[in-house]
Amino acid sequence: MNLKTSTPVWRLGTLAAVLALALPAAAVTLRIANQGDALSMDPHSLNESLQITVVENVYEPLIWRDDKFKLTPMLATSWKQTAPTVWRFELRKGVTFHDGTPFTADDVIFSYERAKGDGSDMKTYVGQIKEIKKLSDHSIDIITNQPFPILPEMITHWNIMSKKWCEENQATKPVDRRKGIENAASFRANGTGPFRLRERQPGVRTTFTRNGSYWGKIPTNVDEVIFTPIGNDATRVAAMLSGEVDVMEPVPVQDVERIKANAKLNVLQGPELRVIFLGMDQAREELLYSNVKGKNPFKDKRVRQAFYQAIDIETIKSRVMRGAATPTALMLTSQINGYAADLAKRLPYDPEASKKLLAEAGYPSGFEVKMNCPNDRYVNDAEICQAVAANLARVGVKINLEAETKGSYFPKILSRNTSFYMLGWTASTVDAHNVLYPILSSPGEGGRGQFNLGAYNNPKVDELTQQVASETDTKKRNALIRDAMKIHQDDIGHLPLHQQALNWAAKKNIQVVQLPDNGMPWKYIVVKP
Amino acid sequence: MSQASPSAWARWWDSDLVHSFRHSPTAVVAALLALACVLAAVLAPWIAPHNPFDLATLELADSRLPPAWSAEGNPKYWLGTDDQGRDILSALMFGARISLLVGLSSVALSVLLGVSLGLWAGFWGGKWDALIMRTCDVMLSFPAILVALLIAGVGRALFPQAHEALAFGVLIASITLTGWVQYARTVRGSTLVERHKEYVQAARVTGVSPARIMRRHVLPNVMGPVLVLATIQVATAIITEATLSFLGVGAPPTSPSLGTLIRVGNDYLFSGEWWITIFPGLMLVLISLSVNLLGDWLRDALNPRLQ
Repeated sequence: MNLKTSTPVWRLGTLAAVLALALPAAAVTLRIANQGDALSMDPHSLNESLQITVVENVYEPLIWRDDKFKLTPMLATSWKQTAPTVWRFELRKGVTFHDGTPFTADDVIFSYERAKGDGSDMKTYVGQIKEIKKLSDHSIDIITNQPFPILPEMITHWNIMSKKWCEENQATKPVDRRKGIENAASFRANGTGPFRLRERQPGVRTTFTRNGSYWGKIPTNVDEVIFTPIGNDATRVAAMLSGEVDVMEPVPVQDVERIKANAKLNVLQGPELRVIFLGMDQAREELLYSNVKGKNPFKDKRVRQAFYQAIDIETIKSRVMRGAATPTALMLTSQINGYAADLAKRLPYDPEASKKLLAEAGYPSGFEVKMNCPNDRYVNDAEICQAVAANLARVGVKINLEAETKGSYFPKILSRNTSFYMLGWTASTVDAHNVLYPILSSPGEGGRGQFNLGAYNNPKVDELTQQVASETDTKKRNALIRDAMKIHQDDIGHLPLHQQALNWAAKKNIQVVQLPDNGMPWKYIVVKP
Repeated sequence: MSQASPSAWARWWDSDLVHSFRHSPTAVVAALLALACVLAAVLAPWIAPHNPFDLATLELADSRLPPAWSAEGNPKYWLGTDDQGRDILSALMFGARISLLVGLSSVALSVLLGVSLGLWAGFWGGKWDALIMRTCDVMLSFPAILVALLIAGVGRALFPQAHEALAFGVLIASITLTGWVQYARTVRGSTLVERHKEYVQAARVTGVSPARIMRRHVLPNVMGPVLVLATIQVATAIITEATLSFLGVGAPPTSPSLGTLIRVGNDYLFSGEWWITIFPGLMLVLISLSVNLLGDWLRDALNPRLQ
């Protein structure tokens, strides 16, 4: 053989030809880029929108939200309330996991135990469930602690895993990044969903292939999905403009116009259910990261209000977010059930009032505190934190800003190792209870207050939340929600910032369904020739 | 300098080195440029229009303004502002301060470390030589930036509570620990040659202690190449610092170095806000170019074969 023909280019050509032969002729590959990676493939390990939406292409819950964001049967075919605290679920027959094991009631019970057990980040979704009784292989009774009318809405992100597979792979406990616990479920997956996990390279890329034996009919014609995290905004935009990726999110707010101007690309925009807010440690007697010793300044409402009024949210909206945000006074958005429009009024931006409040609280020259912030999770997260740090500097508070990637950020703040932090929350059940219970209630059993990372605590809010859970009369229930929201707002339990807008980009020939909880179900993605 | 007399000045002025400097236009221009950069950096707190590290003075409403000469520019900000409303010109001066500080101190530390180890290895030979030189080989087999990234990463993991001062410590340490190898190798080579020369033998015979021989006799004779190397390495260290900061493991966003400024601006290139990244980039080029040119000149001036 003539060595000269064996140049790298030639060899690459052969490789490409072999690969092309190996795949069916019309295989459609979809390349998706995001600013961050799903931190694990375990569906119970992190209650984060991105991880949930990626993993839910592989795993499925009993009930889900479809392309219209309406409840739809998935692994359950029907459900009805047989008693105030008892729900009868009929399970779908003929469904198999990707390894061929049939799906039965035992898998549901196993997944319940796993999701409410140690290390699970999904406790808040199954916290109201007392027990699950198996009636037959495809019929179960779910029993709640108290009457719980929103159970179907509540369990749309509680995904079902295979009991047999988890036991065989020593993955019966969820992956817990806070304690550094990893297991097989982090790198491999065995669900019932329309896509199978083929290869997982954390932080680099993850590939999925279509599940040929999926139980349902799905619109997508995609055979393979390549998911790549690209953290740098400019690099991600460049990848989109050059055609390197097919779908990308989020579009940096400064580049929306540029992508819109491109004839081959579409920008998909919409309001997101997510509220971005700041939280403060109100539980410890002394803050972990501050120069104030012997007491916790955030226990004083005047300090919290001073922080609130020091933040110039309108300028953050116009300069940092370029208009792509709606400042909010509440911890939930107007699309969420229970939203009270009359409470949606922010305290005015007023640095002078803020200084006065700090002086009254005993900090006339301010104090120092560390702020934790992600830099690849929310739209312009690190920039917002910098702007807040500058705002607070004006009233004398020195912020030591620590902005880092979410892979190290989430384990840190979820273990409450923080004094002042940023978080975004989507009420994924589209109901205020999913804000009241995990965020505003005091930390406790069954996932209560699991994401109330500063441990804001008002027993009245806890009590009202309990009532909201079981109240069936909509009018009464909304009044209870309003009361709880009002108390939290008056206490300044958190500092709400804004509702961010969704900005995705896709090639014009690709149909994508954009859900308001930032979900991107691949089974609805259609690639036209 | 109390004893400086006109004749001493004249002698210095006419020395080979200064003579060569005066007759090399490149060296003079490079030195002037470097001096301007250093002065701008050192005097930044007094001559910069704003203090970009003082968060209380930032005007978010003035963010992303173009340079003063363009239509929407504001004469308050000559080179425009960045995404947080920092004056770019002031940020450049303060950023160069950090870059120079990190660059110079890491080079000083690596010279100290590298020269001591190289001298030790070359002078004693044997197992010391083997140990130190094999360590060098291992270090050299990895790209310097990778090693620096690793050290910076480990440093951050070890001190998660780190304050900003410590962040700079880690930065300097990581550049030092990758930079010393070159000095160690150079010095070890020269020392191997020197230690067999008559003057060293003579010192030994007269009973001078090895430490004193190394310090007083060998060291001055091996420092020439080190001087050249160190000058050029200052530029490399500044670029390494910028790279680390660009990658996000260097200077914190609230006290940006040149690399941090370039990274921040990089996100705004597509949206046409070019000044946020271009000016810090130019500043970096200017500093490293002038230092490199000086280093080149010094190499030629000290090379006996070129004279």
